[in-house]
Amino acid sequence: MTYREAVREAMREAMRADPRVFLMGEDVGKYGGAFSVSHGMLAEFGPKRIRDTPLSESTFVGAGIGAALGGMRPIVEIMTINFSLLALDQIVNNAATLRHMSGGQFGVPLVLRMATGGGRQLAAQHSHSLEGWYAHIPGIKAAAPATVADARGLLLAALKEPDPVVLFEHATLYPLEGESEDGTPMQFGRAALRRAGRDVSLITYGGALGKTLRAAALLAEQGIEAEVIDLRSLRPLDTETIFTSVAHTHRAVIVEEAWKTGGFAAEVSACIMEGAFDALDAPVVRVCGAEVPMPYAPQLEQAALPQPEAIVKAVQGLF
Amino acid sequence: MSIHKTAATPGTEREHALALLRQMLLIRRFEEKSAELYSAGKIRGFLHLYIGEEAVAVGTMQALTKEDAVVATYREHGQALARGLPAGKIMAEMYGKANGCSRGRGGSMHLFDAGRRFYGGYAIVAGGLPVAVGLALADKLQERQAVTACFFGDGAVAEGEFHESLNLATLWRLPVLFLCENNLYGMGTSLEQSESQTDIHLKAQNYNMLAEAVDGMDVLAVESATQRAVAQVRRGDGPYFLELRTYRYRAHSMSDPELYRSKEEVAQWRGRDPISLFDAYLRGQGMLDDVELKALEADVANDIDWAVAEAEKGEWEPVADLERDVYAGVAA
Repeated sequence: MTYREAVREAMREAMRADPRVFLMGEDVGKYGGAFSVSHGMLAEFGPKRIRDTPLSESTFVGAGIGAALGGMRPIVEIMTINFSLLALDQIVNNAATLRHMSGGQFGVPLVLRMATGGGRQLAAQHSHSLEGWYAHIPGIKAAAPATVADARGLLLAALKEPDPVVLFEHATLYPLEGESEDGTPMQFGRAALRRAGRDVSLITYGGALGKTLRAAALLAEQGIEAEVIDLRSLRPLDTETIFTSVAHTHRAVIVEEAWKTGGFAAEVSACIMEGAFDALDAPVVRVCGAEVPMPYAPQLEQAALPQPEAIVKAVQGLF
Repeated sequence: MSIHKTAATPGTEREHALALLRQMLLIRRFEEKSAELYSAGKIRGFLHLYIGEEAVAVGTMQALTKEDAVVATYREHGQALARGLPAGKIMAEMYGKANGCSRGRGGSMHLFDAGRRFYGGYAIVAGGLPVAVGLALADKLQERQAVTACFFGDGAVAEGEFHESLNLATLWRLPVLFLCENNLYGMGTSLEQSESQTDIHLKAQNYNMLAEAVDGMDVLAVESATQRAVAQVRRGDGPYFLELRTYRYRAHSMSDPELYRSKEEVAQWRGRDPISLFDAYLRGQGMLDDVELKALEADVANDIDWAVAEAEKGEWEPVADLERDVYAGVAA
């Protein structure tokens, strides 16, 4: 099964089980989704539950918030994270605040799915990694499934949450093949150990996991055993798993596609300083995207993204 | 302008008419007291008063049932009171006390009441419209007969969410009642200064929606127009749009020096005061005299005294509870 199919299967499973669940977004119906994630779902569930929306991100996200307030369990698909900026008002000012601002009277059980990340030569308005912006906001939860099993599991888990959840699907992962495991819902907010090692902790999430695992394989050839932590959830952040790993390896490198300045890697780094400083034998290092709007030309785009070689180099610098 | 009686106006029976008058008086006196308490430092933050616009909240709310939903703005004390939120819970909220209708987390701009389907005051102009569309979608998908009434000001018309929401509500034939309170100013910018088309209801008509302008200083006109509109929305044919032409006498908020309009203009509108006009109408109909009015005022004054007492005696939530209600299940 592919990552794309795993997301679709999770949505179908949820919609069959719960009449309150419905999907809306741009081109999710007749077109089958910009990334073909919802292909075939209109035929199965009909236009009442698979709703094509106008190009009105702010309003269809806000309508998702209202529908959640009104007792539904909406899944709202936003075509890319760059487009989600048109809906930031609704996400930040409404979805994230309503429970608190109403003194606990209202909750917004909304699942927002959006494609993220670069690597497809789509330049500077389709390729950014702004996951950290969302992880900054109290009141929402944010997760980035990096495997086929997580694509399914985290979506099903998100639909059980009583609060708004933003799911980031790295667009290069959609064709990824893998096992979808059984349908047991996973718990939100837990990181996963993707590779065990004793010498350094490589901490990453989403689309950067594959490159980080490749870097770990290259390092193994040089006799350096890297542990790879997939954060999965950015908010809440599983600091316990991070600290346990760092206590074991004494070194940490954080890898993400987002820009380094003010990025999520800085947050993880600061958490390690606060919670595991004594375990460190070397400074925490970040391998991030270059500080540039994503360029179109292939060699420039690849140079703007964190690559296995850069991760290897960063690790070598710690010894 | 004339207050006219129509066959569709249910507010001509004395009891109902006096109830309308009482609600408008309650809002006016509540707001006057709020201004006083703001000056005394009891209420802080922003305070946006509704004085002058009472006929809009009171007239519209008559057409709604308890199953209907209400979405309002940051100038929403009037809507909250007219919807039946206890004045004491609103005042306590403005004091920031734990017995406030939002536990002191919202203040004047963010009043909520789940039991009355009052979905809050939204302080981002036009930010409540998409939420109202979604509430109506939930009602439609669950085959409930409810209407979602969505209040917003003329300033919201300039926002993209206004246009997106009107379009989506018509496109999906959702039961939304759009209530545009046109008080002619978005903060200090006049409608003429910001809109190429100042007849706001015409914009709504362009989205293939039934829309009309109503004299928002005439509580009976507002009530009867809203009754018609709600009946239409309940038929399931989609939204309805009312542009309620009104005026706020007070400054935008308490920190506004009002450099953008003349005293003459304010005085002219005060001459069409919704309470005075209704008072005169009722006297003309033989439904009100000085004794009656005095009794009503005394009754309202009691409510206000009670509201202030509730706020005064309310507890401050312990700082230890600061992070409660950010997520479900994270109560103190």
